[in-house]
Amino acid sequence: MIDTSTNHAASYRPIGLSVRNGRLAWGETVLLKDFSFDVKPGSWTCLLGESGVGKSTLLRTIAGLIEPTGPTEILDHEGCALRDRVAYMAQQDLLLPWLSAIDNVMLGARLRGEAVDGDHARDILARTGVAERANARPAEMSGGERQRVALARTLMEECPIVLMDEPFSALDAITRTRLQDLAVNLLAHRTVLMVTHDPFEALRLADDVIILRGPVLDHVGSPNMPIVPPGTVPRDPTDPTLRDAHQAIMHALADPTVTEKTV
Amino acid sequence: MSFLRPIIVLGGLLAIWQTAVSAFEIAPFILPGPLSVISVAFERTDIIARHALVTLSEILLGLLFGTLFGSASALVMAYFRGARAWVLPVLVVSQAVPVFALAPVLVLWFGYGMAPKVAMATLIIYFPVTAAFYDGLRRTEVGWIDLARTMGASKAAILYHIRLPAALPAFSSGLRVAAAVAPIGAVVGEWVGSSAGLGYYMLLMNGRVQTAAMFAALFVLALMAVAIYFVIDRILRRLIDWQNELDPAVHD
Ligand SMILES: Nc1ncnc2c1ncn2[C@@H]1O[C@H](COP(=O)(O)OP(=O)(O)O)[C@@H](O)[C@H]1O
Ligand SMILES: [Mg+2]
Repeated sequence: MIDTSTNHAASYRPIGLSVRNGRLAWGETVLLKDFSFDVKPGSWTCLLGESGVGKSTLLRTIAGLIEPTGPTEILDHEGCALRDRVAYMAQQDLLLPWLSAIDNVMLGARLRGEAVDGDHARDILARTGVAERANARPAEMSGGERQRVALARTLMEECPIVLMDEPFSALDAITRTRLQDLAVNLLAHRTVLMVTHDPFEALRLADDVIILRGPVLDHVGSPNMPIVPPGTVPRDPTDPTLRDAHQAIMHALADPTVTEKTV
Repeated sequence: MSFLRPIIVLGGLLAIWQTAVSAFEIAPFILPGPLSVISVAFERTDIIARHALVTLSEILLGLLFGTLFGSASALVMAYFRGARAWVLPVLVVSQAVPVFALAPVLVLWFGYGMAPKVAMATLIIYFPVTAAFYDGLRRTEVGWIDLARTMGASKAAILYHIRLPAALPAFSSGLRVAAAVAPIGAVVGEWVGSSAGLGYYMLLMNGRVQTAAMFAALFVLALMAVAIYFVIDRILRRLIDWQNELDPAVHD
């Protein structure tokens, strides 16, 4: 695959993400409290944690879909509000069944009443590998194709920050690996915060891994001893250091005392 | 083949009917055979067509107004929480009071012309359209709305680009029911008081013991009702062709 993402790099000034005094709650139930974390400009961070811990809630809060509770501040690395600079991709592809692939990719422009750029949309569909499906409806596409179109729609938004909530978890292993590689390629230079329940996925893709284990949040590893192995992403799944790191993360997820040592 | 099937069914029923009438020697003023009904229909094409046109106009106007009021009510209920509490009782009452009971009052108010019949048809259509469309508007996939909001869409844009198209299948099932019941409203209105329309003509022929002519009018009415349903169904299918792809019968 030709890497065309580099010629796009210039149009992005990478933006960091910073959450301060975080607090997640539904009514009286506090999911997570007193947490802060940063995502460096242009880096890829994965959020891990067991089901129901509040990963989606956190992501939706950052996306502006849920009003932040209490003192929570969500800012960019320069302390400005994020506003329209965030794109959001969910586990379901959320393609509109009455629109063709290309019309789904151009949905954002339509919704904002902007001029639609069909050529650009076609170009992005080509980069996600589904150019020939441009006029197909979602019902005619496979799960992998649909998620590729969803990725194209996310890219079309041209947002420097991309939030993804288990975007590949509904796919089979081979399709998932392909899409991970594709996403890493196409989202280079963007700041990515991705929720996953798969430690291995996190280790393949992330520059940084954060574990939610309510009511606390941990960075696994430390600046001196990062748990995420060095090297460029997507990492080779057969790399033995990946397996060691995987084990450490599984420990951290399962046993609350372990992370205190590793942080 | 899909055209042939109803014709075969209809033809079979007519054949059974004709045979029964001949075999049991039923008096023609009780139940005329299909052949005599058809011959009367051809003899009186002009007069039946004139009455049919009146009834057709009433049905179509009723469909138009019922759909307009119904859609407007559904939108108001979906978008203005305060208004919902006001519109909902109207909706329920419009369904709870039998329109047949209202017919004499409507004739009293609007006279013997088309107006009370259109009002009847409108009333009878209003509920299924409103209920179905409102339901459709409320059941929009939350993920779609979330996505649209992260894309910076206004409420109006979300309504136009997402909620409305997503509600179309529900709306169309309401409209299909409406298309099926609209003729009832018009004909009942004509029975209560009128000087034109198929309902009026049927009563008139009934009084004169011209049963075959009554049946001819009934047939034209049924034919019209089926045609209206068929046309509306066609338009709706064209409009929401994407829904057929989700049809369980297609995928199983
Ligand atoms: N809309 C909601 N209203 C109330 N509680 C919710 C809502 N959404 C999620 N929750 C609760 O918040 C908790 C975290 O949910 P979620 O963020 O979806 O977890 P995760 O994505 O980590 O699996 C769960 O216990 C869930 O029941
Ligand atoms: Mg979740």
